[in-house]
Amino acid sequence: MSSKKDVSVRRSFLKKTLIAGSVVSGAVTSKIALAQNSESNFLVVDPWTKTQGSGFINPPYGLPSKYEKNVVRVLPNPVPTFPTGSRTPLQSLHGIITPNGLVFERHHAGIPDINPDQHRLVIHGMVDRPMIFSMEDIVRFPSESRIYFLECSGNSAAELKKATGKTAQEIHGLLSCCEWTGVRLSTILQECGVQSSAKWALAEGADGAAMTRSIPMSKMMDDALLVYAQNGEMLRAEQGYPLRLFLPGFEGNMSIKWLRRIKLGDAPWQTREETSAYTDLLPDGKAEQFTFAMDVKSVITQPSGMMKLKSKGFYEISGVAWSGNGKIRSVEVSSDGGKSWSQAILQEPVMDKSLVRFRFPWVWDGAPAVLMSRAVDATGDVQPSMDALLKAKGTNIFYHNNAIQPWRVAANGEITNGR
Amino acid sequence: MVDKFIWNKVLLSAAIFGLVTACSSSYQVNGSTGLGKPITESQLQAWNIDVNGAGVGLPVGSGSVAAGGVVFQQQCASCHGSQGQGGIANRLVGGGGLNTASPIKTVGSYWPYATTIFDYTRRAMPHNAPQSLSNDQVYAVTAYILYLNQIVSKDSVMNAQTLPLVKMPNRDGFIPIER
Repeated sequence: MSSKKDVSVRRSFLKKTLIAGSVVSGAVTSKIALAQNSESNFLVVDPWTKTQGSGFINPPYGLPSKYEKNVVRVLPNPVPTFPTGSRTPLQSLHGIITPNGLVFERHHAGIPDINPDQHRLVIHGMVDRPMIFSMEDIVRFPSESRIYFLECSGNSAAELKKATGKTAQEIHGLLSCCEWTGVRLSTILQECGVQSSAKWALAEGADGAAMTRSIPMSKMMDDALLVYAQNGEMLRAEQGYPLRLFLPGFEGNMSIKWLRRIKLGDAPWQTREETSAYTDLLPDGKAEQFTFAMDVKSVITQPSGMMKLKSKGFYEISGVAWSGNGKIRSVEVSSDGGKSWSQAILQEPVMDKSLVRFRFPWVWDGAPAVLMSRAVDATGDVQPSMDALLKAKGTNIFYHNNAIQPWRVAANGEITNGR
Repeated sequence: MVDKFIWNKVLLSAAIFGLVTACSSSYQVNGSTGLGKPITESQLQAWNIDVNGAGVGLPVGSGSVAAGGVVFQQQCASCHGSQGQGGIANRLVGGGGLNTASPIKTVGSYWPYATTIFDYTRRAMPHNAPQSLSNDQVYAVTAYILYLNQIVSKDSVMNAQTLPLVKMPNRDGFIPIER
């Protein structure tokens, strides 16, 4: 008797959830109103159970379910004259890996259409042997696969001045995490014979911006990768196909996409992208140059902005944390706006310069609440509050906002940006 | 004896395959893989377009403020405005002090090196046709942008010798750190 009732209740819940369009954790849904359906106490056999489904390779390259069509990248609203980036829907993702079609985009002159057979990488400057490599050459080198986050240093920039974004995607979506496959840059540089005078490298893209950044040789010889694949397949065009640089933990723009040239030298070049852009202006009018590493940061993605808690009771608070300086040591969660904090669970494996998923069980009592997460990395750096960050750096820095994100839960369950 | 013989064989095959040092998840190839080809500086000249803050890499050629005004109106004004401001793209001129609540970063107010104007314009501008200007045209546009910012006089000519000598107003506005 009772077991039959349990099943029908569950059945009704499942139906509602399917109709709502996407399955999210617990009873959290977006603001889209639930369609009404007549609630039967008895299960019926569904029509899809009584027929053959569609065939194989339909389509040959698989796509997400049509019920997930709202899980997409977005541009800022309103769209600027010269858009600078699209954002990853963090609030709809699970675990730590960003699917390739949802990895945020940031480029400076559009996405070039490069035939990999025609792509070349040149390495020259302070080397004994200037060399040119085809893609065929590059994929023959010893390969390596690593899971690393990638974050634009302008992520969350607008929030420095005032609350601007509504969702985790709008505020923090210049952030993704993939398994990147390629060659250790040190391996290829070794082929060219690095001269002892080489202290910096210039990396240049083949795009219409011929995007350039100067990078310390210490980074190039440490964990820098020449990447040709992400999450098991060749790079997406917007991620630098067929070849990009990848500098783990550094500002995203430095991982030059469509990489065509590396030149070694003894000083930074002072390119536009490391002087007029990607430098951090302080209140006294002086600017910091160079701030390479992305500092420790975290954000709660579920529940988060523009979601609505439908009823009191159990919710799993979940989010991601990361640091360009190493592994995440711990994440704390607060539901009272930072008055008290509790340790969240970190999902293993916790990896160097990767996103880590944190989880925390929470029972909502129906009262207004403010949800926050605060990460600590292996170097002991603690994610700052917005007040502490602004006190230290002012509102003009634009880049490197790693402040704690508050989500305000109203008594009616609606969640908004608590900045 | 047998052990030594086997070890020699291992060393021999390692030498054939390029002396591979293995550890848990990666290995290093000691010595050359033989992949890639040598290239000469003259062969890669078309890509070797970087100019550093000291002007190393500036090419032969020159351009005057007057010539730059013509190029600017044809190639740049539609996005940047006829006087380098008020357009849909980044403001290039003026801006004033940076120690305010809403600082305006322009070439004149923020850029520390004049040579960067040449480097960036040559590699990335004009927006709809990057790398289409001649070196003379890039020198001329650089001169004109500097003139609009009242950094050089109206009769100036920019070339590989004169451009590195131009001191930008915000040259000392950066705190060197590395983190």
